[in-house]
Amino acid sequence: MELQAVLMAAGGGSRMTDLTYNTPKAMLPVGNKPLIWYPLNLLERVGFEEVIIITTKEVQKMMSMDPKIKVDVKMKLDVVCIQEDGDMGTADALRHIQQKIKTDILVVSCDLITDVALHEVVDLFRAHNATLAMLMSKAHEFTETVPGQKGKKKTAEQRDFVGVDQSGQRLLFMANEADLEDGLSLRKSVIRKHPRMHIRTGLVDAHLYCLKKAVVDFLSENKSISSIRGELLPYLVRKQFSKTANYEKIKDDCEDQTQKKSSTDDEVVISSRDESLLQRAQELSCWNDHRGDMSEAYHGGKLRCYVHIMEQGLCCRVNTLAAYIEANRLAPKLFEEPAVHPSSVISERCQMGSDSIIGALCQVADKTSIKRSTIGNSTTVKEKVKIANSIIMHGVAIEEGCNIQGSVICSNAVIGRGADLKYCLVGSGQWIEPEELAVCVCIYMCVCVSH
Amino acid sequence: SKEEKQRLRKEKKQQKKSKEKKDDKESHVSSAPPAVPAPVSNSVPASEVAVATEKPTKSKAELKAERRARQEAERATKQTKKGEPGQQGATGKPKAPPSELQPGMVKRLSEHVQVDDPDVLKKLAKKLERQQIPLRSDYGYKVSLFSHLHQYSRKAPPTQQLSIPSTVIHPAIVRLGLQYSQGIVAGSNARSVALLHAFKQVIRDYTTPPNEELSRDLIKKCLFYYMNLFPLKKFVFFLINVTYRVFFNTIIFLIFPASAKKKRFAKSKLLTSIEWYIKEKIILAATAIAHSSIEKISDGDVILVYGCSSLVNNILCEAYDKQRKFRVIVVDSRPRLEGREALRRLVQKGISCTYVLISAVSYILPEVSKVFLGAHALLANGYVMSRVGTSQIALVAKAFNVPVLVCCETYKFCERVQTDSFVSNELDDPDDLIVTRKGKTQLAGWQQVASLGLLNLVYDVTPPDFVDLVITDLGMIPCTSVPVVLRVKNVDQ
Repeated sequence: MELQAVLMAAGGGSRMTDLTYNTPKAMLPVGNKPLIWYPLNLLERVGFEEVIIITTKEVQKMMSMDPKIKVDVKMKLDVVCIQEDGDMGTADALRHIQQKIKTDILVVSCDLITDVALHEVVDLFRAHNATLAMLMSKAHEFTETVPGQKGKKKTAEQRDFVGVDQSGQRLLFMANEADLEDGLSLRKSVIRKHPRMHIRTGLVDAHLYCLKKAVVDFLSENKSISSIRGELLPYLVRKQFSKTANYEKIKDDCEDQTQKKSSTDDEVVISSRDESLLQRAQELSCWNDHRGDMSEAYHGGKLRCYVHIMEQGLCCRVNTLAAYIEANRLAPKLFEEPAVHPSSVISERCQMGSDSIIGALCQVADKTSIKRSTIGNSTTVKEKVKIANSIIMHGVAIEEGCNIQGSVICSNAVIGRGADLKYCLVGSGQWIEPEELAVCVCIYMCVCVSH
Repeated sequence: SKEEKQRLRKEKKQQKKSKEKKDDKESHVSSAPPAVPAPVSNSVPASEVAVATEKPTKSKAELKAERRARQEAERATKQTKKGEPGQQGATGKPKAPPSELQPGMVKRLSEHVQVDDPDVLKKLAKKLERQQIPLRSDYGYKVSLFSHLHQYSRKAPPTQQLSIPSTVIHPAIVRLGLQYSQGIVAGSNARSVALLHAFKQVIRDYTTPPNEELSRDLIKKCLFYYMNLFPLKKFVFFLINVTYRVFFNTIIFLIFPASAKKKRFAKSKLLTSIEWYIKEKIILAATAIAHSSIEKISDGDVILVYGCSSLVNNILCEAYDKQRKFRVIVVDSRPRLEGREALRRLVQKGISCTYVLISAVSYILPEVSKVFLGAHALLANGYVMSRVGTSQIALVAKAFNVPVLVCCETYKFCERVQTDSFVSNELDDPDDLIVTRKGKTQLAGWQQVASLGLLNLVYDVTPPDFVDLVITDLGMIPCTSVPVVLRVKNVDQ
């Protein structure tokens, strides 16, 4: 088998607690499908037959009850539950499932919505025999107003500095602004080998990584690394150019025992069977990945990291509220599905814009106007309601005469008659008083109403 | 000899059976899932095939691919005595009128040759679909003289339609195909070694399914993977393609002796045979050739090389190690510009080099004392198939009376005969010819211009008149002795 897919779905959604305090991030509805459905769909389309999902018990329970996942996803899902306390980083999770991993892995995060041609990333991984291949995309500005935030306050996102070589594929440098004290320092060895480097800041990491099995083995030896993105990746990128990475670790065909003994020096041991034959083929080949200096292909380095940067297409990580709203806007466009679910009852005098989608078992009464919004399953919308630029989740009841603009209403909320909400975020199960006027407020500390 | 008689008897039996099955197959041509579609043509010398099919069985699971290979070989050697028992076998069966062979043969050849015929393409696509291989579509306008060849774009990689954890095709083969198409593994020696490496992985991971025999099933699988390399790589006519010969001579040819012994050790025996093949035919051959070539290099020589041939580079490095004083002129040509890599390797060694483009070759030749060329294949009529531009160099060298020496291992010798570069060749991505200078790309919209076609050939053939000597691991021979070497090799095996 070539690649095993690992889906990381245990994240807590720490940057959008307003939404995730009740629903785990993996099950947030985006375009009326749970968030985890999108990466699963991506993997399924590409041809995976099995996925290992690392998640919490709660998500597992919700997943087993969710109709969309049960019906649509035909792959075999191997769910591994971990504790919810949040101490486990992504690398720790990989260490946890080390026994299950028999070959190279493709790590995907549950909050990735993309239509990337996955073979582009995997081809880099295959063709150059890379240790790491990842996906990045140009970041888009979020233009929508984020509900619950007063004014257009832009959170100071820490920038990522990514250095790529001339071809735009080899990853030379990766650092986060937070780690750089007073300046960006580049090693001389990197500059010597790659005199032309493009440093880009406007990229978003899609958290999709192809990793060699040797990296997983390395992780199991080095328990200090707990996050893939934060620690493992910068380590691998740095290690490409360190002197020891160029030592040839010649392995014979013996199995893991000898490898374990010689890897005591904490190095990522990259080796494969018939290493000498591959080496010979590379020597005989008249190909070089760079020009202008006297060294051979890849500068003789065995550890190589590649990145595929998506210039066009959708690649969105739903980890902030703004991203969540953006995703709701863009995700339905990925699929050719009818805007209105067939089981919903929409009255004829309802004005529905083309950008809106309505979920299953909804009831929308007369004289309503729904523009650029997403309405979840089992929602009831009474008469004379105006909904614009909003996201309504499942099980919401909206009484007559409401005016909802630019808001996010979480599941099972009740919006009383005549309420006027602008740029609000209503938490799960909340009850909005009739005739309430709210602008730019997050409402989640009120009395919970259970249905 | 007695063995030969036994062999002949077995062959006759095989051919009788193959005629039976072939007639069945011809009636179900469209429904047969061949592991070896028509393009496998008659490169295989009949003796090799005969040795490979030592075990006739009456099981229904007989390998169709093997039969096909044999049939092609039979057609090739129709004139020899092998053809007669085949004919007798055919006439012995009332169901098989010999005339059916003729249209069948023509049908196969036309599929093989006329790639631009839409019906043929449809059939090929259907065949490939059934085998779950996506057909790679041609790209751009093809110059009419070469419309029978495939032309693929590098921007449409073959893996687009394959599933990502590729289950149908072994991942090592997918990787190999990708490396071929992106040019990461380039040069015939490199390709052969990489191919064998990939097949070693395949054999290692292979487990015999129940009710199947290791040899037949493994051959079928290997052939299937190999055929898939061609949509991945580019469609090359198999015969001259070195990798096919290497593939056939190792995997197919060695499977039977390997599995003839104890089944348990068949795989390991096969793996060691492959390693042995590489060691003997590629590595040791290079050493032998270097050894003989050094005698031809004298102090004060000015040697001209073209492109990047691993063998020639090896020779020059060895000669430098043996304290010969010479300098090298590296000739290079677009779009591949492989000479840069040759230049790097030679200069790294310490050899003093000059670098020119092929357009300057007639200006530089008065200085040159010898020309060393590498080859992709040596054809049976003495023609040398090598990178495009080689025949030009040889021609100009001949005009200047400079000796031309071709260095070629014996595994690259081929029974096929070809006199021009049109019949079988490889078309590379035409967009490689587009160059951007000073920010302007003149050919950017070449597809919109109706009367413009870009042709990026990979190989060309050099006639034997221009080649003075061929240095092989068997010694130094004239170009026209290739069939002799082939005959000697066949007798040995």
